[in-house]
Amino acid sequence: MMTVVVWVCGGLLSLAAAAAILRIVRGPSLLDRMLAADVLLVIVGSALLVHAAITKDLSNIVFVLIMAIAGFLGSVTVARTVAAREQG
Amino acid sequence: MNGVDWDQIREIAVAVLLIVGCLMSLAAGIGLLRFPDLLSRMHAATKPQVLGLLCLLSAVALSVGQWMWVPVLALVWVFQLLTAPVSAHMVGRAAYRSKHLKEATLVADDLAEVVKGAQALEDARRYDDPEPDDAR
Repeated sequence: MMTVVVWVCGGLLSLAAAAAILRIVRGPSLLDRMLAADVLLVIVGSALLVHAAITKDLSNIVFVLIMAIAGFLGSVTVARTVAAREQG
Repeated sequence: MNGVDWDQIREIAVAVLLIVGCLMSLAAGIGLLRFPDLLSRMHAATKPQVLGLLCLLSAVALSVGQWMWVPVLALVWVFQLLTAPVSAHMVGRAAYRSKHLKEATLVADDLAEVVKGAQALEDARRYDDPEPDDAR
């Protein structure tokens, strides 16, 4: 049963990542691209968690922790830059 | 214990939690593609960040089955809960100020009055005091 779950989860995450990448390519503004990059980061973290749950091997959990702690820095920086550029 | 196979029940729970968590990611991807402007896309983007992550972390905790990993997984979720609103606030603020939104899709715009009031206050102060740099 777990093999089927791996394939289903991989398919769902691949579709989600493809959608996020398409939004990064098309996105009309910089903020759209930043938001899609955030979602792409969360999708990569989700893939790491799926791997950890299937193999019962938690050596990658550090990367998920770093994603949760530091993942917001990029979008905050870009948002501040956009606001400063609009004002200046 | 009465012939109930707890290992199989746990495996089914892990499978359901994994698929629900991945469905949240797919919902965010579809929302990113289909929604019309940045603010509604931000609404879709928070689904895997909070609920999807919770489902996947619960699946990992159930699958591993050791209490020593639960604080680490809880820490991941707490940090995500702390940092996701920060980035959402900053992105939404920058989107409002740089007009990256469709005014027609807004049901209510409470920020417009505040911005208008602040602008009026600033104009009045500039009129009264021609050199505001000295006052600051």
